[in-house]
Amino acid sequence: MSEILHPLHRFRRPSVTSTTNCPGCGNGIVVQSILRAIDELGLELDDFVFVSGIGCAAWIPSPFFNADVLHTTHGRPIAFALGIKMGLPEKKVMVTSGDGDLAAIGGNHLIQNARRNIEMTVICLNNGIYGMTGGQAAPTTPIGVKTTTTPYGTFENSFDISRLVIAAGASFVARWTTVHPRQLTGSLKKAIQKKGFSFIEVLSHCPIQFGRKTGLGSAIQMMEDYKKRSLLAKEAAKLTEEELKGRIIVGELVDIEKPEMIEEIEKMKKRASGGNA
Amino acid sequence: MSEKRVLTGRYFMMGNVACAEGAIAAGCEFTAGYPITPATEIANQLAERLPQVGGTFLQMEDEISSIAAVIGASWAGKKSMTVTSGPGISLMLENIGFAIGVETPCVIVNVQRGAPSTGMPTIGIQGDMVQAKRGSHGDYEIIAFCPSSPQEMFDHTVIAFNYAEKYRTPVFILSDAFVGHMREEVIIPEPEKIKTVYRRIPEPGADPQRVKGFLDEDVAPMPVFGRGYKAHVTSSCHDEYGKRNLIDLSALDNYIRKLSNKILKHRDEITLIERDYEGAEIVLVSYGAVARAAATAASRAREEGIPVGTLRLITVWPFPEEEIEKMARQAKHVIVLENNLGQIYPYIKAEAAHFSEVSFLPPRLMGQIQDPEDILTKIREVAK
Repeated sequence: MSEILHPLHRFRRPSVTSTTNCPGCGNGIVVQSILRAIDELGLELDDFVFVSGIGCAAWIPSPFFNADVLHTTHGRPIAFALGIKMGLPEKKVMVTSGDGDLAAIGGNHLIQNARRNIEMTVICLNNGIYGMTGGQAAPTTPIGVKTTTTPYGTFENSFDISRLVIAAGASFVARWTTVHPRQLTGSLKKAIQKKGFSFIEVLSHCPIQFGRKTGLGSAIQMMEDYKKRSLLAKEAAKLTEEELKGRIIVGELVDIEKPEMIEEIEKMKKRASGGNA
Repeated sequence: MSEKRVLTGRYFMMGNVACAEGAIAAGCEFTAGYPITPATEIANQLAERLPQVGGTFLQMEDEISSIAAVIGASWAGKKSMTVTSGPGISLMLENIGFAIGVETPCVIVNVQRGAPSTGMPTIGIQGDMVQAKRGSHGDYEIIAFCPSSPQEMFDHTVIAFNYAEKYRTPVFILSDAFVGHMREEVIIPEPEKIKTVYRRIPEPGADPQRVKGFLDEDVAPMPVFGRGYKAHVTSSCHDEYGKRNLIDLSALDNYIRKLSNKILKHRDEITLIERDYEGAEIVLVSYGAVARAAATAASRAREEGIPVGTLRLITVWPFPEEEIEKMARQAKHVIVLENNLGQIYPYIKAEAAHFSEVSFLPPRLMGQIQDPEDILTKIREVAK
């Protein structure tokens, strides 16, 4: 009798037999969406170079994906990815990391590369907390939430990362949650094919470090909460700021065409070399 | 418009420009940097010249992303470099440690300036000598060159690329504002006379599960991206295959020792030294711009009949312990000259003090290279 394998089994690095994720973690849903998108596009992992930073979400490709993977320093994966894309423009470059990595310590690289509009796909798993280090407040933690470093409740305003990246000039921006795996897969397929900087924010539940400490509860309860609060962008457009309080605006928020950096560099090189380079 | 990679010829050229031309001649295809005095001329030259020969200079948002992009491009198979000064190196240190941890060939040029902190940007000081070796966290070895002329800014940059590729490691050019901004004769040889090295990579078509791409004291082949090696590259503790191991102390021991031994095992072939101390009782030890003053002082002292020689460190790191000992066994007195408060001095003293008297002479004013007259006074003093 032949062994029954998961349809996405071929993407797993053979030496990896277990996950480092906590029970109930949202990472697995996002992994499935990423791999399904790649599979449905008829691509293979050798068409990609994966880059990640530090934090739970950075462990998605590293070591799980059977591909070229660069697991970088905290906050810097997009900067490393830029160099990789410069050297291998024919490859797809995908960054997966968390909200702390991309929006706190690495915030500048996020906005600068959205501005450059260099072709790469950046997936930000936003769990609203520092999970790996044990539940510290992030720039995405809602105001008033008690965390290990804000035992009396956070007193800072939080980021809307997607709006930040839109303002910085990205070509494609979408936001979904872990209760939208099919929609996420659809947007990932568009993002991977986008000639430009594409950014996908996924609200990903963290039952261990967020749910348990904030009282939001288990993975199921957190996903129920996402479901209740999510609102499609076109519906949200009809509501006032006041009515949108506490809601999660999901959908494809930006999808535009604009000059991509590597193409512009190639044009510049032609000018500089008189067409000989 | 020039479209040649190697600008063969005889020039009156600034050190920083010579450095950029050396990089291009060595086969550099990607550079990233952030504007900083006194290194800007290198970036400016690269920004103009690289696109002419198919390469790219990118101005990044900071020095952290500059070195990150350089490491990324190196993993994509490109010879890469970044150029900066001390404040920029301070920002790069974490990722320099990353480059060491995952064995990434790249060249880092530090045109040193008055420090600490923002200091005095247009003045050359040898203030970051130990930072290059000890600045990033953890134990590691580094290779560092100390050019003392525009010609050497060209020559050393070429060798730095070759060493980076051969030993899969970041290599520093520890220049300073004096040498960077100095204009002198620079001779750029014919392309076929410039030796260039490219990293060893695994056999094409090798089974990715069997590629040992890391932690070999004789330098593992680099499983560069995009060629099907499915490389797992992490600066967390890993084994020869790149597989992460965060629980086993023997894996950590292997990780730390192999990275350092990779350089130390080849110290003799890496080390470049200029020795001119045969028969000398007093030896002046220096490097970089200061070596020019040392050479002048030594030749004047010899005219006075005092047997003075010189030892110039061309590569300061890995520290050439045996060479210093060999010199100290012969000398009666060693005078260390640096344009700082004595950064390499303790390392020299540790090797030399058992065999000879060792003293240190800083410049009269920090940032002012030692006046040969002051060195002569010191020589006469110890010769008594």
